[in-house]
Amino acid sequence: MKARIKFRKYGVMKFIGHLDVMRYFQKAMRRADIPIAFTGGYSPHMIMSFAQPLGVGITSEGEYLDIELTEKISSEDAISQMNRVMTEGIDVVSFVEIPDEKKASGMTITAAASYRVYPLESAKTSDIRLPLPGNWTEEIEEFLAQEHITVWKKTKRSEKEVDIKPMIYDMHPDADSIYLFLATGSEQNLKPDLVMDTFLNYTGAEETALHYHRVDVYARNEAGTFVPLSDMGKIIL
Amino acid sequence: MRKLALTDDILLKIEKPARYIGNEINSVMKDKGSVDIRFAMCFPDVYEIGMSHLGIQILYDMFNRRDDVWCERVYSPWLDLDKIMREQKIPLFALESQDPVKDFDFLGITIQYEMCYTNILQVLDLSGIPLKASERCEQDPIVIGGGPCTYNPEPLADFFDLFYIGEGETVYGELLDAYKENKANGGSRKDYLEKAAQIEGIYVPSFYDVTYKEDGTIESFVPNNPHAKATIRKQIVMDVTNSYYPKAPVVPFIKVTQDRVVLEIQRGCIRGCRFCQAGMLYRPTRERDVEMLKDYAYQMLKNTGHEEISLSSLSSSDYSSLKELVTFLIEEFKGKGINISLPSLRIDAFSLDVMEKVQDIRKSSLTFAPEAGSQRMRNVINKGLTEEDILNGAGQAFEGGWNKVKLYFMLGLPTETEEDMKAIAELADKVARRYYEIPKDQRNGKCQITTSTSFFIPKPFTPFQWAKMFTNTEYVARAAVVKHAFNDQLNRKSLRYHWHDAEVTVLEGVFARGDRRTGAVLLEAYRLGCLYDSWSDYFDYDKWLTAFENTGIDMAFYNLRERSMDEKFPWDFIDIGVTKDFLKKEWERAMRGEVTPNCRQQCSGCGAARWKGGVCVESKN
Repeated sequence: MKARIKFRKYGVMKFIGHLDVMRYFQKAMRRADIPIAFTGGYSPHMIMSFAQPLGVGITSEGEYLDIELTEKISSEDAISQMNRVMTEGIDVVSFVEIPDEKKASGMTITAAASYRVYPLESAKTSDIRLPLPGNWTEEIEEFLAQEHITVWKKTKRSEKEVDIKPMIYDMHPDADSIYLFLATGSEQNLKPDLVMDTFLNYTGAEETALHYHRVDVYARNEAGTFVPLSDMGKIIL
Repeated sequence: MRKLALTDDILLKIEKPARYIGNEINSVMKDKGSVDIRFAMCFPDVYEIGMSHLGIQILYDMFNRRDDVWCERVYSPWLDLDKIMREQKIPLFALESQDPVKDFDFLGITIQYEMCYTNILQVLDLSGIPLKASERCEQDPIVIGGGPCTYNPEPLADFFDLFYIGEGETVYGELLDAYKENKANGGSRKDYLEKAAQIEGIYVPSFYDVTYKEDGTIESFVPNNPHAKATIRKQIVMDVTNSYYPKAPVVPFIKVTQDRVVLEIQRGCIRGCRFCQAGMLYRPTRERDVEMLKDYAYQMLKNTGHEEISLSSLSSSDYSSLKELVTFLIEEFKGKGINISLPSLRIDAFSLDVMEKVQDIRKSSLTFAPEAGSQRMRNVINKGLTEEDILNGAGQAFEGGWNKVKLYFMLGLPTETEEDMKAIAELADKVARRYYEIPKDQRNGKCQITTSTSFFIPKPFTPFQWAKMFTNTEYVARAAVVKHAFNDQLNRKSLRYHWHDAEVTVLEGVFARGDRRTGAVLLEAYRLGCLYDSWSDYFDYDKWLTAFENTGIDMAFYNLRERSMDEKFPWDFIDIGVTKDFLKKEWERAMRGEVTPNCRQQCSGCGAARWKGGVCVESKN
């Protein structure tokens, strides 16, 4: 039986990198007595995979990992057992059963992610936010009105020119933040800082300090619409 | 939410920001307004090293059990942050509250190896605490040192207000109570130091005067304050079962050196190897009750979520309930994906059987520490291991499927000859020959015998404390003798040889047996930019040489001189239980190549029996 855990990452935990968050959850599983399955062999490891790594410095309310269970545990018990052993800055928000097939794993199905980007008074702290500059509404419209938004994207081997426009599914001002909805996952992947760097460069406001916050990670359902990964599973009673 | 001492832009710029944010599982948060004493506990090296240290975890737990104390942790900022803190004048802070160390009542520093001494000065400097104890004022924290290096605290005497000599579990309570009382009575810093000086095991260096003879050796070491004791007695916990031990140690976010549950099964060692300081300092050997260890193993794994548990002691094979404990750990935890690691085990049928159960034979290697190549040399150092033991152990292991062996030796031991050096390579070759005795179709390819040598450093409170050291050139020449001998061996293609750095060795030698005057070198080396000297990438020998030159301190006086049997040593004011007479006798026996039986075979009257406990009373129960 497989389960999907959704968690939030905030506060000082934004400084903990992806690999260390994985280590953190491995230890948390043991502390919480989650009946997680192991691989075989001399150094067995937990069957656990994260949907989409989160960069250092970014906070999130929609992070996902999938695990395999050796026995059933109710969503309610799992959430409360885990939250009892969490540190401040990581909370489990949901725990649902997902289909067993490999193609249902979070890593495979991730297709998009949404973000909020906040302008800051300075890079020293993400606590002091500034209102969006008044002209950004128009600037964003103009930015998106370009036929192509080409950037130099670094790959493992070289740098190449990519048009990121088709990967920006949505970008609009919303109260004190910019809302971004971007192609994410193994097929197409666009990071929010690349979009914002390109945008700031376009507006000539390169110096603006920003804070990034991931809102959720999505897959496409059969009808082709985007749904949060947690909606792809069902509550375990 | 907690506010951090460092701003986001700094944390996102430096390596591993997790070193500085605290918030780890099982770290202790308290309300600073509701405690009387704030204690900053420091390991003066980078976080990953400091967090791996068991002693701090024990004391952290012990202090925080008191409602009136909040103990927090401090480590050396890594070089990237060190630079930023100096440029931006950011004071060093403790991880939990993120408050400046300067605001604390105590700064406790554990001193585990000589090459961290400049990092101690870094910690004081970045905290904004005057480096010299004599320059501190009423508001500065009381700087207290503990750990193995404090058995010769003299090179650090100028930088510490107090030293705690011995095991931390015993008189810290008294020391903290005295502090509270003094504060309540409006007493001064000096009043407190005088109160502390009256507590067993506490050494206040400023309360002593040292005079030197014309030849540079110590003439007298006497108290200059009526409250100071002439002799400081080491502190020791006799009942190690019913003492402090953390059930929920702090779990780091990043991978640290010791990323596992550590179960200390005993203190001390019965063996009496003559080079080994720990073997003398922690006498008598005291074992923890096996039922307590089983219970702690279970609880510590549960509370940390670690995937590995390791036993800790100087010589695990000598723990009398080892079989019971190891069997329990395997049966209880192996099926739950918990790795069991068993360092410092003697290689015999039992340990091989255990290792087969807990390790992947193809990947793991076996370790032997014969320490010396020839039997004559092993008798001098009183290492009970014989060539037969090694070859039998290796043989059994090879037949069990292992093909990798690591061998550890020391070079530069007292009375060492060229034959002794060559014997290191010969012994490695004999181990390889033993492997190739196995028929080809039954063995697992080639064997790999890796030999490492380090240079012997005489330590205080060992029978070898009188021994002389050698120059760098001589050390390198000795390693070259071994290297050449390796090239002459039949199985040289299966043998690897590594040797340690000689430059670090001579510095460690100076500070291991140094007196108060060597403190000036430390200060000068730090001013010249020496830091993280235990990290080979950052160790700068030339700067150290300049520091010796600038301060007029002669390295040869500390390292190359044969000390006379009646010389007064800088550490003679400390009483570790083991007597100087016993050490002298052991030195003489060493010179004659005579072996001394271990504590379980026969009591040799070292002096530790005055505590009336541990191995000293075992057979009499």
